[in-house]
Amino acid sequence: MTIHIDNLSSGYDRHPVVHHVSGSFADSSLTAVVGPNGGGKSTFLKTLIGFVPLMTGSIDMDGITPDEIAYLPQKFEIDRTFPIKVIDVVQLGHWPRLGALGRIRKSHKIEALKALEQVEMTTFAERPIISLSTGQWQRVLFARLIVQRARLILLDEPFAAIDGHTTHELMLDLKRWCSEGVTIICVMHDLNLVRDHFPQTLVLARELIAWGDTKVSLCSENMERALELAGKWTESSEVCETNGGERYAR
Amino acid sequence: MEGSGMHVDLLADPAMKRALMGAILVSLSSAPLGVFLVLRRMSLLGDIMAHAILPGVAAAFILYGMSIPAMSIGGLAAGLTVALLAGIVSRVTVLREDASFASLYLIAVASGVLMISLHGNPQDLEDILFGDARSLDDNVLRLMACVSSLTLLTLALIYRTLVVESFDPVFLRSVGGKSGLVHAVFITLTVLNMVESYRAMGTLMSAGLMLVPAIAAQFWTHSLRVMLALSVGLAIIGSVIGLLLAFTYNVPSGPAIILILGGAYIFSLLFGPYGSVRARYFPFRHLSR
Repeated sequence: MTIHIDNLSSGYDRHPVVHHVSGSFADSSLTAVVGPNGGGKSTFLKTLIGFVPLMTGSIDMDGITPDEIAYLPQKFEIDRTFPIKVIDVVQLGHWPRLGALGRIRKSHKIEALKALEQVEMTTFAERPIISLSTGQWQRVLFARLIVQRARLILLDEPFAAIDGHTTHELMLDLKRWCSEGVTIICVMHDLNLVRDHFPQTLVLARELIAWGDTKVSLCSENMERALELAGKWTESSEVCETNGGERYAR
Repeated sequence: MEGSGMHVDLLADPAMKRALMGAILVSLSSAPLGVFLVLRRMSLLGDIMAHAILPGVAAAFILYGMSIPAMSIGGLAAGLTVALLAGIVSRVTVLREDASFASLYLIAVASGVLMISLHGNPQDLEDILFGDARSLDDNVLRLMACVSSLTLLTLALIYRTLVVESFDPVFLRSVGGKSGLVHAVFITLTVLNMVESYRAMGTLMSAGLMLVPAIAAQFWTHSLRVMLALSVGLAIIGSVIGLLLAFTYNVPSGPAIILILGGAYIFSLLFGPYGSVRARYFPFRHLSR
């Protein structure tokens, strides 16, 4: 299983945020997506999961169905004051198999509890989510990812505002999932963390700067170029002539 | 013992019995909807919907007189039209959804009031705005029973999706859940319940039975199930006491019920265990860990 991306452009209101990206994610690879703010990292993930439509190009998921993709957005998108218990959130990971009406059985709950055990949150199972700290909450969301049993996991800055100890443990979880055959694509901000843990890195600054071995991708020349390109979005852009600005269906 | 004698008399009154039955039916389905409205930060939408049904009710009243089925269908049509228009306006123009709702519902109320006052008499206007629990007949009760049953059944069907859509809509979307459909069904149920309750509560007050118990319940629990049960319980108790007072002292039933519920709300706001004034400013001694 290899995900091939060919000439991908996507964005909002005719303005491409991500421009003409091509490359591929190998099976069971662990790839960091880095780049300046506004460089299109989140949009790139949202395009992969189909939230943002393609303007050009195509994505070949190589047999991965939408049910097998898990996506964790930046944390402010979830209402953490909602009255729901930790275990119930984790059990939502069964959604691809149970849907809106399927009955939650004992085996489902046991699987959810095991996932909580892996992220060391078992004692919190019956607590309301409003009582959790940011780090604990992120562990719960990781437990839900475990229950989802996805083949492709897309994470948008999962370690923002998380302490070093928790980050380290969650990072180990990511690596273990990769060794178990999951492909992970992760938007990252902390370049030291990327250098320490991610074999592959994709540098994005509205267009592709580098994609490959982390050491090569993160060389200073690439990072400077990324910063330089990041500011070039304007309201009155010309129509992009590369590939005729055509639309392709995904 | 004079007091208890009075209550026995009240319960022997068939109009009172029907009013109680109606209020309980409305409480059963409205209060859970209110909990979701509050949790989804859409409380004001409930209020807006209660007003938006007015022109439809008024038009049906003018065309068919005090016909409950006609007025219900008219109210439902008007409420859904306002919801739909507000959605379209906010997508097509620069107006946000709350602003387009505000302008549309004010237009709806104004046209409704104008229609009734041009064609009816002041008593009709008062009945429609404030409701009259004394006027519930068996047909209205049957309609209420149908709406409440339908609401609870539908809520059970969409429960999981509605919960996820309320607290983590991006997750729902990522697993392919039907968020748009569930939202539309939820709005329809809300309007349907407003239409159900306006005969007893009046269009001005029908949002109250939906929202006030739900808001009060927020202060007592962090469990959704308990919150739902509590809001239904509060709604029933509030409407029973409110109706008894309304029949005893001959005051309008809608405001009586809402004021009793308002008392429960103020008590919860002051003394509830979660996020209340008491919990915030006079906490119990902290725990050992």
